Amino acid sequence: MKIVVLGTGCSKCKSLYSTVMRVVDETGINAEVVKQEDMAEILKFNVMTLPALVIDGRVAGKGLLSADEVRNLINLAM
Amino acid sequence: MIQKLADWITYGVLGLSADTKLGSALNFFVYDSTKILILLFLISAIMGIINAYFPTDKLRNYLQTHKMFGLQYLLAAVFGAVTPFCSCSSIPLFIGFVKGGIPLGVTFSFLITSPLVNEVAVAMFLGTFGVKATAIYVVSGIVLGIVGGVCLGRFQLEKWLSPWVADLQQKNIAEAEIWDAEKVNFLKRLPNILRDSWGIVKGVIVYVIIGIGVGAAMHGYVPENFFETYLSSDNFFAVPLAVVCAVPMYANAAGIVPIVEVFVQKGVALGTAIAFMMAVVGLSLPEAAMLKKVMTWRLIAVFFGTVTVFIILLGYLFNWLL
Repeated sequence: MKIVVLGTGCSKCKSLYSTVMRVVDETGINAEVVKQEDMAEILKFNVMTLPALVIDGRVAGKGLLSADEVRNLINLAM
Repeated sequence: MIQKLADWITYGVLGLSADTKLGSALNFFVYDSTKILILLFLISAIMGIINAYFPTDKLRNYLQTHKMFGLQYLLAAVFGAVTPFCSCSSIPLFIGFVKGGIPLGVTFSFLITSPLVNEVAVAMFLGTFGVKATAIYVVSGIVLGIVGGVCLGRFQLEKWLSPWVADLQQKNIAEAEIWDAEKVNFLKRLPNILRDSWGIVKGVIVYVIIGIGVGAAMHGYVPENFFETYLSSDNFFAVPLAVVCAVPMYANAAGIVPIVEVFVQKGVALGTAIAFMMAVVGLSLPEAAMLKKVMTWRLIAVFFGTVTVFIILLGYLFNWLL
């Protein structure tokens, strides 16, 4: 599974990234987590609000998500 | 109640006298910072709730498909005001608007109000200048967005967008976002929203403390009417001077409002102060640098220039009215 956190340097983006990392660590699933900070790449996903969460190439969620929400989204995608 | 707390801490616990400069400055500091932090939390929470339910995509689609005889400028400006200003979202939103074929002028309405009317500025204004000045700030911010957007729309600026953005606009591909929001009930979302607001408070707390600290020091030590000479409402150049100085400044609202409050107490006209704040919060060099990704320098200059002129005019208007 490949998880991408879309977001530049703002605090919400950073905190979503750390939430995702924590969830992945806790659940022990095999996932590669990347933070995409390049605006040109981010825009390819057609999102209007950042941060956004992309799981396996699909935009799965946006905004500052809680650990529970991230866990649900990952489970849904599996 | 907050005043009682401030009195109790400064005069009771610390045993300072209200007549000393240190005592009054410290009292002001404790009172202001407590009040502002509470307001900041509440307003961020309210904005968070609005934002959680604000249909970004629907509004964009609506703007795309309806001709509204100018009303679209109002909608875009209000939209900019209620969305929390996170610098990283403004570019994707801008692109989203352009892709959807929304006219550039309407997009500018959004870009003007988005940083200008934000939860931190509103909370700081409410805490320091009261309801009336805050209402003036918010309403005139939205009017500025509308008028600025209409004006910029008239200038035919499309040719000065960055080439790749202009291409997008030509294609006019209105893809819907591939994301369907899960309907999560309010009670489940609330803790998240509150945590968000706490995050905002935590993010600016240092600036609030520094700003109020500097303000408190000035409050106690700078003589009354100190600024009267330079920045009183009689001085014709006070408004343009204050605004032009403010544009390149990138102070966040949290730090600058308490200092501006002291300026006002020491004789600066409120209209000049509001215009100054608008220029500090609404226009800044980092914002220009970010816009560079989607616009040419020429377009950024026209955008900033137009908004600056309108803020100066507003400053005169406030000074005349207030």
